[in-house]
Amino acid sequence: MTIYLQAIGMLAGLGGGMAILLLVANRFIANYGECSIKINEEEPFTIEGGRSLLDVLYERKIFIPSACGGQGTCGFCKIRAYYGAGPVLPTELPFLSVQEQDDNVRLACQVKIRQDLVIRVKEEYLNVKEYKAVVTKAEMKTADTREVHLKLIEPEEMEYRPGQYVQIFVPGTGETTFRAYSIASAPSSKKEIELLVRLIPGGVGSTYLHGVREGDEIALTGPYGDFVLDMSKETELVCVGGGCGMAPMRSILRHVAEVNPEQRGSLFFGARTDRDTMYFEDFQELAKSMPNFAVHYALSEPESSPEWDGETGFIHESVIRNVGSEGERQAFLCGPPPMVQATIKALTEKGMPRERVFYDEF
Amino acid sequence: MHADATFSTLVVVFLAAILTNNILLSKFLGMCSFIGISRNIHTALGMGIAVTFVTFCTAVLNYAIYYGILVEGAPWCAADLTYLSFLCFIMVIAGFVQLVEMVLERFIPALYYNFGIFLPLITVNCAILGVSLFMIDPNLKFGFKQTAAYGLGSGLGWMLAICLMAGIRQKLELADIPKPLRGLGITVIITGLMAMAFLGFQGIVDLG
Repeated sequence: MTIYLQAIGMLAGLGGGMAILLLVANRFIANYGECSIKINEEEPFTIEGGRSLLDVLYERKIFIPSACGGQGTCGFCKIRAYYGAGPVLPTELPFLSVQEQDDNVRLACQVKIRQDLVIRVKEEYLNVKEYKAVVTKAEMKTADTREVHLKLIEPEEMEYRPGQYVQIFVPGTGETTFRAYSIASAPSSKKEIELLVRLIPGGVGSTYLHGVREGDEIALTGPYGDFVLDMSKETELVCVGGGCGMAPMRSILRHVAEVNPEQRGSLFFGARTDRDTMYFEDFQELAKSMPNFAVHYALSEPESSPEWDGETGFIHESVIRNVGSEGERQAFLCGPPPMVQATIKALTEKGMPRERVFYDEF
Repeated sequence: MHADATFSTLVVVFLAAILTNNILLSKFLGMCSFIGISRNIHTALGMGIAVTFVTFCTAVLNYAIYYGILVEGAPWCAADLTYLSFLCFIMVIAGFVQLVEMVLERFIPALYYNFGIFLPLITVNCAILGVSLFMIDPNLKFGFKQTAAYGLGSGLGWMLAICLMAGIRQKLELADIPKPLRGLGITVIITGLMAMAFLGFQGIVDLG
């Protein structure tokens, strides 16, 4: 009998001893105390150390973009940390260019608060708010792309620019997960926004948004994105979209039609077959009110669309054919990386400065 | 090996643990993290230091626990509890790894994130448990000081092996290796060659 007691006592004693040792160590080693955080020019605030900067920013209602929920895999939550963030971690390196490293750019989710911090967050992020919205309409546009209308409930209005995006909170993943979607509605539609969601097999965000029904409530933050549309008279706009990269183009086009229908420009849309094209009639209709705006749709696999009588080939080839090489121009590209890269190349060869080409790859 | 610990016997044990009885290259223990983080000398060195620290401390602690409590007729508990040695040893190791993790995260966060999953995996690094189990081998008759020397030597030996491997693998990135052997294949072959090379130390010292 005693031998059992001795064995149990021995193990319990050892386990307890180790636990106490670790607790004591935790008390002294992992105790970061109160840390003060100064964001931009605002008054510093103090907070209990030991947590990730991203968590603390979200708690303070500063919604910097983040798609992966703080796992360091999306690289969106960039901030500048001037003091107290410690060395750049290997987990951040893949997302930071040499220039960014020199500029003290860090990923907020990887910065653990260990001491007082001085950071800078883009001004526009300070205007980002958290919204509650309800789905008012959702319909399939192609076999895999769904148009979702969201009516904002609280707050009721959002001020945004064409080309900006929102982050949709994806529930039920067990962690804070956001996915980014471009706004497809015109900025004049402040109370209701439209999104275009392509179903990606296994994608949590698109699966969620393809599953919501009318009347469902959705949480989102926004608006994000630093694209500023150049609406000056002499500027020619070049909009190139592929797949659901059409969302920001719809916003831009509708905005232009409302504000200055005389604006010069062209819209390009690339798809594989005519089953993948979206809003063809809508845009043709819209273009009628805009005498200086041309709409080009091109199919890369025309052989499977016998009824198609429009342009064929890749969309950047259509850009090469239809965009001139003179005058003041601004381009906004949105779509799959190969399309975006090929179009950037085509536009720079036409003498367009790189800083006038904005793009968003996904 | 004799139980009385003159300075020269300590040196012999120490050198034998590093060279002739290198825990990794002669017994092939601790291969998991050896292959996992031997891509870069800097990280390999950090891992080596962490493993050395844990090996040394746990060997000493486990020695005290084993001879103080577990063996029959021990001063604190007379009953024979040696059948619990595996459990006790691994518990001590797990606790120590937690401690190392905490210290690293606090003071060298870059290294902490570099180790990633391999840091908690030190717990199941068989080299460390191996050292604790070999030191109680009745044939060796290690005293306390020899155990300390053996633990430290084994850790340093493991560190030496992983650093050498990291150096070789850094050079390998420039080498033209046949496709089927790239990655793990060539690493295991090189480990074998290193083990053979270490046999050359056989004449210098002998643990017996």
